[in-house]
Amino acid sequence: MFDLFLDDAPALVVVLPLIASAIIAFMPSKIWPWIISMIVLVFHLALSLHLIEEVSISKIIIYEFGNWEPPWGISFKIDGVNSGLQILFSSFVLISTFYSRKIFLNEIEAEDTGKAYSLWLLAIGSLNGIILTNDIFNLFVFLEISALASISLISLGAGLNRKALLAAFNYLIIGAIGATFYVIGAGFAYAMTGTLNMNDLIIQLSQYSDGQLAIFAGMSFMLIGLMVKAAIFPLHIWLPAAYSYAPSAVSTLLAALATKTILYFFARLLFEVFIIYENYLIIFLDFILFPLSVIAIFIGTLIAVYQDDIKKLLAFSSIAQIGYITLAFSLRDHSGITSGFVHIFNHALIKGGLFMSVGYFAILYKDRVTLSSIKGFGYKYPITSFALLICGLSLIGLPLTNGFISKLYLFQALYINQMYIPIASVALSSALAVVYFWKIVEQMWFSDIKPKPEKEDPSIYFPIWIITISIILFGIYSSPIIEFSTLSADYLTQGLQK
Amino acid sequence: MMGGLFIIITSQNYLKKIVGLAIFQTAVFVFFVSLAKVLDGTAPILTKSLSVYSNPLPHVLILTAIVVGVATSALGLALVLQIYKNYGTIEEKEIENLELKSDK
Repeated sequence: MFDLFLDDAPALVVVLPLIASAIIAFMPSKIWPWIISMIVLVFHLALSLHLIEEVSISKIIIYEFGNWEPPWGISFKIDGVNSGLQILFSSFVLISTFYSRKIFLNEIEAEDTGKAYSLWLLAIGSLNGIILTNDIFNLFVFLEISALASISLISLGAGLNRKALLAAFNYLIIGAIGATFYVIGAGFAYAMTGTLNMNDLIIQLSQYSDGQLAIFAGMSFMLIGLMVKAAIFPLHIWLPAAYSYAPSAVSTLLAALATKTILYFFARLLFEVFIIYENYLIIFLDFILFPLSVIAIFIGTLIAVYQDDIKKLLAFSSIAQIGYITLAFSLRDHSGITSGFVHIFNHALIKGGLFMSVGYFAILYKDRVTLSSIKGFGYKYPITSFALLICGLSLIGLPLTNGFISKLYLFQALYINQMYIPIASVALSSALAVVYFWKIVEQMWFSDIKPKPEKEDPSIYFPIWIITISIILFGIYSSPIIEFSTLSADYLTQGLQK
Repeated sequence: MMGGLFIIITSQNYLKKIVGLAIFQTAVFVFFVSLAKVLDGTAPILTKSLSVYSNPLPHVLILTAIVVGVATSALGLALVLQIYKNYGTIEEKEIENLELKSDK
């Protein structure tokens, strides 16, 4: 009987959270919505682990919905590219859901927590759909479900600061424009090829290998749409406000996973499907994505240095970090794609940990966490502060943390490609990261007040420390992340070698 | 398509932005549906007398996209309502002024 479940595991990882979301919406807001979410996500993790086990025997799973064969029906695909991301996703959502309970209770009104978990699971299910889908129109649907769920979650922050409503509204408008651009592109692709399935699209597109204007237009529309959603500079304007005014638990989920899943799909579209038009790809990567990434790395960090509000500081640093990932992708070789995926993993952990600790400070301080408000927090709340310190050092890229592994691989990839200017820009950005992180550390440990330690809530610092320990563990023993990223790059560079 | 985008970018009123977004999305839907038309094609009904018929798939896709569009508009309008309740206005400039004042 259990085998029956396992056969449908690719569909269940997406469908389970979605069904649970609908059930929770009708439940009274007490502890039950959280308990059900936790149970569902434990199952989710078990199913993901089962999927990975099957894939790792160098086998691709293609799950056909309703037994319609791929070019006609919608299919999910789990292969080397997304198996690692699936595990990261599954385990991170479990940890952040565990963390979210006390945070939600403190930040939004008690009667809204049930609805918040309903939206939370909706966002999780649809983001997971983005990871697994093998159909370009299906992706649009998941993009929009996840966007609508995250917008509603962001607007829950209105109880703390009414600016959350404006942030949510801007995200809605800009996100909808991005998604609609993506649909226009998918329409062009469909008009030329008559297919929406990604594997079939590769075969059909290769018929037009000399290139057709309609296909190039379609590709451009799709890429720009995804760039808006992934907050790639200069299409990132929705991100800082959305991350900083959302409830802290929501910022954690969005910052760690929302843009990462879309960046993953962006890479997949570029290197699996559009690789057929190598000339187009070279122009896009070398003359558009590459300079934008270099600017994003620089500008994002520079703005972060001047921020007073810590959540905003972290949001701007996210833009720079997304710049690292796209810079790695724009190298379009095995080393570049590997380092891009390594940073997707590491940055999800680092930013997750940072937003979690700052979120805890926010509910302790009962106001927005600014630089002046965290004076002496290093002595007052030592356990959480120390976690924040380690995550921050990892963001800078100090050895023994996973951030160092990211930087190492990025420098290596850039060095192989003899890109010396970006090396300088990444190094400069790391130096600036020291500046903005030092500002936080200075206020926390080296200000004039040294308060007595206060009691911290174990149910909140426990998940924070799981993330922190994994940051150190993956910094010392990094082979799981490297293996998954190399596997992803192996799959994605198959097209390049031809 | 461009009309809708123009409204979103230029209008200062949040409600008008939602309307612009709806126009923009609808234009894309029409574009999609127009892809499906086959010359002299009829509705795709399985009978012996008809052999040329339009492609039904884009219609189905757009049905999904319309649902997404409706949800987006509904959420947008709900947000506009909440913004009005919190700020007393839905004009972008006035809200910016209010925020500048409250920051001081």
